Amino acid sequence: MSLKPVGIGLMQGLFVVFKHATRKRITEQYPEERLTVSRRTRAQELVWDPGLCTGCATCVKACPQGNLKVTTSVGPNNNYIVEKFENDEGRCIFCGLCVEACPYEALFFGRRYERSQYSRGELIADKDEMSGDDKERSAYFRPDLYDDLPEQTLLIYRKHKKII
Amino acid sequence: MALKTDLVTLNIGPHHPSTHGVFRMRVTLDGEMVREVEPMFGYLHRGLEKLAEGRTYTQIIPFTDRLDYVSSMQGNWGYCLAVETLAGIEVPERAEYIRMIVSELQRMINHMLAVGFFITDLGAMQTPFLLMFREREKLVDLYEMLCGQRFLYNYMRIGGVSHDLPPEFFPAVTKFMDEFPSYFQEFEDLLIGNEIIQARAIGTGVISAEQAINYSMSGPCLRAANVDWDLRRDAPYSIYDRFKFDVITGKNGDNWDRYRVRMEEVMQSYGIVQQALEQLQEVPPGPVKAKVPNLLRPPVGEVYVAIEAPKGEMGFYIVSDGSIAPYRWHVRSPDFINLGALRDMAIGSKIADLIATLASIDICLGSVDR
Repeated sequence: MSLKPVGIGLMQGLFVVFKHATRKRITEQYPEERLTVSRRTRAQELVWDPGLCTGCATCVKACPQGNLKVTTSVGPNNNYIVEKFENDEGRCIFCGLCVEACPYEALFFGRRYERSQYSRGELIADKDEMSGDDKERSAYFRPDLYDDLPEQTLLIYRKHKKII
Repeated sequence: MALKTDLVTLNIGPHHPSTHGVFRMRVTLDGEMVREVEPMFGYLHRGLEKLAEGRTYTQIIPFTDRLDYVSSMQGNWGYCLAVETLAGIEVPERAEYIRMIVSELQRMINHMLAVGFFITDLGAMQTPFLLMFREREKLVDLYEMLCGQRFLYNYMRIGGVSHDLPPEFFPAVTKFMDEFPSYFQEFEDLLIGNEIIQARAIGTGVISAEQAINYSMSGPCLRAANVDWDLRRDAPYSIYDRFKFDVITGKNGDNWDRYRVRMEEVMQSYGIVQQALEQLQEVPPGPVKAKVPNLLRPPVGEVYVAIEAPKGEMGFYIVSDGSIAPYRWHVRSPDFINLGALRDMAIGSKIADLIATLASIDICLGSVDR
């Protein structure tokens, strides 16, 4: 390849850079401005519905990490009573195989993603934490919830914003 | 007057921004010239091949995300294809098209990132890299819509894919496909005429076609050395025989050729995605996953299936003993094997070119160390 007079290619490149120098920003200023996550999001928590769960532990068998812990006892009508339902969210890889496997649709993904804690022990979610009322449920493998969730913000439709 | 210099041994890595992960090179230097390179790896070794032996066939799919984490979709695909071949499972046509679209988009992502890293390692701070990252971000948004995560998809299943494409996927991907060529032209304007990149990349890190074949290299590195070999054309798997695309080859096997081959392959992948989107319109909606038992027990036997992943030939070797877990699972990761040629490419060059050569091989330590 024959080199052109040195400098022309560099100037061409700089011209592209200058075109971007004047445009408005497309990024978000995170804690103040937030994006909506996908409807099928696999965020950093699991939500468990105690009313639907029968304690069959199919989710435990599906987990590649051996991460879910379920303990049951036999109830009065010969059914299972779930005594312990725990997920160590510090070791969970959020693959979603447990949600996919649940035959009674009692396990969901949540939509919360700010889950930092000061110690690993605080990341273990127990029965009460997983079944809290304030939990938003994701439509991952739960197509019934799909239409009710807000639309995801996509960068491709994002309008340029003024630089603050 | 000849200067008397001693050889200096220098450790580059394992934690060094230019080593693309935790990769370490012990370099023997004579002044600025590289006399010996000794790659050392294993810092990210997680024993995935051993871990897989205790897990069912479906539970291994999340591990294939973590092999080559820049192009997880292709890892998913290679593994699922291997298990389907072993168990004789037929994949629905719609699922084949969805796999094709997401995987070729993934190849575009991988090549854009590879070029971005390469230019960054040549010293162009972050501008070209971030321009490529912006395009990647648009596609990663689409993957999030599809399967819920942006990076480790776990999207494919044995016998198909986990979800059908959502209704809002098509307008978004069409908009991306309309806009992409103009943005891509922007990268080309920015980089192709740049004299610094030409001076740094042309003629450095050269590997001949013969050496490349002897090292068993594959993917863009092999094609840049002027070997016309692409598994998508020469051993078509899935539905690649229905698409028209060119196999791009370079001339000299230097860093410049590897950069150009990647950039042109992006546009070939773009063409494949466009054809796949057109052909998908004619496929009636239907199931996207074949009926496969939860605990799959493939027949006793072994299989080796290779796909053309963005980095080269990614092969999966599975031995089944008829139980629910594989007896042995081995991955032929392309970047591990391409990395073997680094020594021959780098000896005799300057230390700055060694960094550029490493970047041009496009390694991902997740799949080098496994």
